[in-house]
Amino acid sequence: MLDKIGIAKRIAQEVKDGMYINLGIGIPTLVANYIPAKINVVLQSENGLLGIGPFPKENEVDPDLINAGKQTITMMPGSALFSSAESFGMIRSGKVDLTILGAMEVSEEGDIANWKVPGKMVKGMGGAMDLVASAKHIIVAMQHCSKEGASKLLKKCTLPITGLRCVKRIVSDMAVIDVVPGVGFKLLERAPGISIEQIKNATEGKLLIESEVPEMKIA
Amino acid sequence: MIDKRVKDADEAVRDIPDNAILMLGGFGLCGIPENCIGALLKKGVKGLTCISNNAGVDDFGIGLLLKTRQVKKMISSYVGENAEFERQLLSAELEVELIPQGTLAERVRAGGAGIPAFFTPAGVGTEVAEGKETRSFDGKVYLMESWLRSDFSLVKAWKGDTSGNLIFRGTARNFNPMMATAGTITIAEVEELVPVGQLNPNEIHTPGIFVHRIFQGKNYEKRIEQKTITK
Repeated sequence: MLDKIGIAKRIAQEVKDGMYINLGIGIPTLVANYIPAKINVVLQSENGLLGIGPFPKENEVDPDLINAGKQTITMMPGSALFSSAESFGMIRSGKVDLTILGAMEVSEEGDIANWKVPGKMVKGMGGAMDLVASAKHIIVAMQHCSKEGASKLLKKCTLPITGLRCVKRIVSDMAVIDVVPGVGFKLLERAPGISIEQIKNATEGKLLIESEVPEMKIA
Repeated sequence: MIDKRVKDADEAVRDIPDNAILMLGGFGLCGIPENCIGALLKKGVKGLTCISNNAGVDDFGIGLLLKTRQVKKMISSYVGENAEFERQLLSAELEVELIPQGTLAERVRAGGAGIPAFFTPAGVGTEVAEGKETRSFDGKVYLMESWLRSDFSLVKAWKGDTSGNLIFRGTARNFNPMMATAGTITIAEVEELVPVGQLNPNEIHTPGIFVHRIFQGKNYEKRIEQKTITK
């Protein structure tokens, strides 16, 4: 099984030169740490920044400069600042090439649930619904199963939906999986030490296994 | 030029009545109208509807107005950082409407742009879509959302001039420019208020036509919610 760092490292391999990318809170934020230096990308923060840099040094902390997780940040050379309306304009119009976010459940149709658990305090969807409704390419970082062992890759989501038919790829602690509309979950890679049988047992939705399924290569 | 200066936050909010619909700029605690919130606390107006992306924290920002039970309803996208908020919500003392962040930003922008409604893909197929009109454009389904406007918009800028032109700084811009445009009365508090002619017209983010009252705020705390540093 991959830990959070392992998932982040595997997702970093999906990042291509020249991409504008929005990273969600949690594991997705960690992805930035593992993008190779030779690959040039621009990270978007939906409150209104293109060009998120590393966290500041103690003497550089600026309360007027935070990311969507409300963490203090810096700006890369060539950054641009704008309003939240313009920010979601670039999201909805498909200018952001890749969105990476977490999920509680994904269905075999690519539906995603990640904002609300009935009976628990509802904090709100933030920008998640806007992002999943519009992104050209969505990669989900998630645990394959709940702590109790129940699959989170389902035929249908049981939790309130964030967006329909939008997830393209899943990187879980067990596997890399593509969502193929009308077909189901297509198994692409196994996490180190995980068997196809284990992934089958952990996946409630329809799992398509076409041929040899290689093990992920994670440095 | 028209002089829109008022003395301070107390004078700026003097006529905000009970049950007013307010917009408050800011994302988290970044770029919030600290002085106006303080003046509302002092004034003690009640039954406020607050349109703001977040609801502050327990002892700062809109959280202060929640503590004194001055807020009747919050219209926000994310409200997770506030224990008193949670308590009031669960005990039904507080009404909350949650809106996707981009939809909130665009509804406010629409309010300030004279656009009563628009179609967005955000929320299609979710509970956000319940009871709303959908329509298909070029094969994709969109949801109709309507504009938001306020009785009073309270915004925070970095610099402003006496005629109400505003410049924001960093990500403290966030919702402030749209909210400035969507207020029946827009009140701007700024860190530095300068005479007309001192700001470069090329660099104005919010033209003064949208701002009705302006003052230089004081004692900005600019509290940080999540201080993260590189060692």
